[in-house]
Amino acid sequence: MSTLNTAVAQEMDKSDEAELPAGESRPAETVIEEGATVGAPYADDPKFKLRDVEVFYGEDRAIKNISLDIARNEVIAFIGPSGCGKSTFLRCLNRMNDSIDICRVKGSLQLDDQDLYDPKRDVVELRARVGMVFQKPNPFPKSIYDNVAYGPRIHGLANRKSDLDDIVESSLRKAGLWEEVKDRLDATATGMSGGQQQRLCIARAIAVSPEVVLMDEPCSALDPIATAKVEELIAELSESYTIVIVTHSMQQAARVSHRTAYFHLGHLVEVNDTNKVFTSPEHELTESYITGRFG
Amino acid sequence: MPDRKDDVYGDHISHKFNDELMELKTQFLEMGGAVESQVERAVKALIDSDGELAEQVRLKDKEVDKQEVALDEEATLIIARRQPTARDLRLVISVIKMVADLERVGDEAKKIAKLAIKLSEEGQAPRGYVEVRHIAGHVQSMLHDALDAFTRLDSEQALRIMKEDKRVDEEYQAAARTLLTFMMEDTRNISRCMSVMWVLRALERVGDHACNIAENVIFMVEGEDVRHTSIEEAERVVGG
Repeated sequence: MSTLNTAVAQEMDKSDEAELPAGESRPAETVIEEGATVGAPYADDPKFKLRDVEVFYGEDRAIKNISLDIARNEVIAFIGPSGCGKSTFLRCLNRMNDSIDICRVKGSLQLDDQDLYDPKRDVVELRARVGMVFQKPNPFPKSIYDNVAYGPRIHGLANRKSDLDDIVESSLRKAGLWEEVKDRLDATATGMSGGQQQRLCIARAIAVSPEVVLMDEPCSALDPIATAKVEELIAELSESYTIVIVTHSMQQAARVSHRTAYFHLGHLVEVNDTNKVFTSPEHELTESYITGRFG
Repeated sequence: MPDRKDDVYGDHISHKFNDELMELKTQFLEMGGAVESQVERAVKALIDSDGELAEQVRLKDKEVDKQEVALDEEATLIIARRQPTARDLRLVISVIKMVADLERVGDEAKKIAKLAIKLSEEGQAPRGYVEVRHIAGHVQSMLHDALDAFTRLDSEQALRIMKEDKRVDEEYQAAARTLLTFMMEDTRNISRCMSVMWVLRALERVGDHACNIAENVIFMVEGEDVRHTSIEEAERVVGG
């Protein structure tokens, strides 16, 4: 067990308390029954079928018995206070937690009826199917072209240069970036604006034709205009991809998602139609959170 | 202003947001109180043939209109600043709708006041005032109870008001028949009876607006829209 990872895990646990404003405390009286998610957590013919999922960091149980279906071509938003487990849960979906030594995942997690955590499963292939976009834009220090071409190259998706050109162009078009960068594909990606870099990362994620795109607070480092462009993009991408988005912006969840899942202290408290969650949520904790009563 | 700690809209992390919602509720109840008194005074002016009081009611309606504009502005600013959700959103949206109802009740009171002036100038023995007094009492208590249900977030009381509205409609029909009989008895009664009929019609509309307010209270509390549904459906929403 590496000390760095232990430290990271401890910080993650602490962040729950650390981000509370002075003098505020979580409501103590609401008892959450484990695994008792209210609303509509299940779907017919789901893309992901997740049952009794638990995630441990060492001894600490960060995810407590969560069952959820994620439907095909739906946009589902994960919301909840810091440290509630939404990012941890998201990272289970393409096994990003594998890189944390002390992290253990239990339960049944299926992608298209196949076990995600099958030891024989090729994780690189899984991550091509389930792509990810992170909070901070993280382009490679390479040209715009190479950033998008990187995935298709290592996965051998293009045999000829012209095929690769096509993939780069169509990915940049889907990400709404083509018109802005078509004349400077050789320019270094790190010289782009934050919003452009994030859309480049989305183009990079979709260049390998994933089935699912996971987004971990994709707009938190972007200005409102860049955010609007990314949200526009999410709406377009949802026609062909399943999208799971973690966001701290409730308005964003309300705008872009079909269903919203509310996480609280490692529990999945409520999953419902986004329209319902933001007008009349079923669970009082969901209500308290989205109306800004605790945070 | 009620103590915000005891108020379900008063426990946000942002105290400023609490204050804004409190202010919205307080202003709404002030407007409600003003409108209640307008109806009461208009009916009194009619029954007492008090032209002066009726004139006061007519002039006061402008103040009610101003309250409507101020409340709409306050609600708009809350939406712009806070992007309210869930019960906060339902409060703001309901207030916007209920304010429109209150303003219309104010208009009905003004209408009654105008008819009171006309009837007092004609100065003949009252006919149909028993019915006016009866229906007025009924709709005034509905309006009062609707505002009370709003204050206490009492969806059961709101449901009772919805049921009352049916009875007011029946009473209105019965009163209209009575007035029709007076008109048939003596054609000289027609003009006068028609004025009283308009008063009854205005009062019946006040009952409708009280009922709309009650429906909005149910939406605020239960999160379900019971407009244009049956009483049984509203009962399910409130009971379940």
